[in-house]
Amino acid sequence: MFTLARYELYRLFLSPLAWIILALSQLILAYLFLTHIDYFVQIQPKISAIPGAPGVTELVAIPLLNNAATVLLLIAPLVTMRLIAEERRNESFPLLISAPLSVNQIVLGKYLGTFAFFLVLLILIMLMPLSLLVASPIDLSLLAAGFLGLVLLLASFTAIGLFLSSLTKQPAIAGITTFTILFLLWIIDWAGSSQVGEQTSLFAWLSLLRHFEPMLQGEVHSSDISYYLIVIGTFLLLTIRRLDSERIN
Amino acid sequence: MNPPLLSAHSLSRSYGNHLAVSNVSFSVNKGEVLGFLGPNGAGKSTTMKMLSGNLAPHHGEITINGYDLIENPKQAKAQIGFLPEQPPLYKELSVVEFLNFCARINQVPRTKINAAVDTVIQRCGLSDVTKRLIGHLSKGYQQRVGIAQAIIHTPSVVILDEPTAGLDPIQIIEIRQLIRDIATEHSVILSTHILPEVQTLCDRVQIIHQGQLLFNDTIEHLSQQMKTSSLLLELSKPPVVEQLKQLTGVLAVEALSTTQFRLHYHPDNNPTESLLNQSVSQHWQLQQLTPEHHSLEDVFMKIIKNEKPSTEQVA
Repeated sequence: MFTLARYELYRLFLSPLAWIILALSQLILAYLFLTHIDYFVQIQPKISAIPGAPGVTELVAIPLLNNAATVLLLIAPLVTMRLIAEERRNESFPLLISAPLSVNQIVLGKYLGTFAFFLVLLILIMLMPLSLLVASPIDLSLLAAGFLGLVLLLASFTAIGLFLSSLTKQPAIAGITTFTILFLLWIIDWAGSSQVGEQTSLFAWLSLLRHFEPMLQGEVHSSDISYYLIVIGTFLLLTIRRLDSERIN
Repeated sequence: MNPPLLSAHSLSRSYGNHLAVSNVSFSVNKGEVLGFLGPNGAGKSTTMKMLSGNLAPHHGEITINGYDLIENPKQAKAQIGFLPEQPPLYKELSVVEFLNFCARINQVPRTKINAAVDTVIQRCGLSDVTKRLIGHLSKGYQQRVGIAQAIIHTPSVVILDEPTAGLDPIQIIEIRQLIRDIATEHSVILSTHILPEVQTLCDRVQIIHQGQLLFNDTIEHLSQQMKTSSLLLELSKPPVVEQLKQLTGVLAVEALSTTQFRLHYHPDNNPTESLLNQSVSQHWQLQQLTPEHHSLEDVFMKIIKNEKPSTEQVA
């Protein structure tokens, strides 16, 4: 399982895709990071007098993480779409199936390998807010909560992408459907939020974003964490079921 | 007698309404090379996929070295090496990296991985290309990497699905040599639609057509079926047909032209020698004397056309 994860990660880095994604996401986020700093520098004299005013973490680091979530929503399908669909298209999947590995191991190995790539990406992104430490103290626990949120979010993206990749032979189709579903889950609470005060609305509960926002404010609820764990578990199980049934049908 | 290494019992598999493989049973003994012969679409690949665990049979069971493929897939799969029609390769890896990966996922013990990789590189003649990316190799070399991948964990049964398809004649000869070499240590199941391949490589042959096993016997028996009982004869000054008929053993004479004849004889009573003697003593001026061979193709076509189910199916 870990062998599979390691080679998945390794093969990802052999392709230009991984490097391009790392480079371009850094480019976009660095630009956004700079604009946030610029904005902060502008308003800092005005708000410094107000007691309890938001500090550099709230005004620079957290918006950056929020942007990062949106950028990752766009990027994740590009990485996950090839996971199984491409193996099918290259007809290399029998290699894994005929090896003494269970389907669970194959799915988890692929999942962990891809997730590890996203962790690398996240850590690179986190270096930006952490670089503020040179100039100013920042709220590390707030940042950690935001980081946890991003990790869980990406773990869910990966699980959803892996499942959709297992449904098809065409990576492009997997990519588009993954993006659609992620985007839908992202905005699904727009329907829910029209019912003012309905905190427990189903749509709001389903929204990936709804469970991410509290963490950006430093609130880590076990209910939010369990939401992400449920999403991850469900889609991993669906993938395993899907690959199992493929041998039969 | 030892139990067979691999046995398949009444395998069936259908795609939708189409029955791809129907009630196929056979077994492979240790050290045996079994050839699966059939035209395209006969159900060869489906059978191979079922044996390797890539497809689940709808009926029947497969036992490999005592492990049931469905109940103990891990132990059973550890005993087989599989090369599908399209070699399953990660083209962005180099040969060594790829084989390392294969050794790991096939649970070769950590300390033995390097030795295992070195061995298969040597056996499959890959020493010159170890550092090259698989995607840049020729089809023949890719096929060898595919075979290397299948034998890296020294499985007891190696399953090769059309291993020589799409190769040039020299590569075909090399791959066949490699398969013969592999057969010295492993049992091999080989599927092909090329008849001479079966003749040169296999101990036993099974002919499959439209999902049914039509023939299952040793290659010698197949050759015997191919043995003929006719001679092609050309004489410059032939005698009357009646005279040829009177030679001992000749059953019938067919005049193909004024100088050419086909002699049918009883298999136990070959008239060649008396024919030669007579031709010399009576100045028939022998030009040509050829024992006629039914090619494997003829037998194959005969078996397929008769749709005669094999009487010697392994129980």
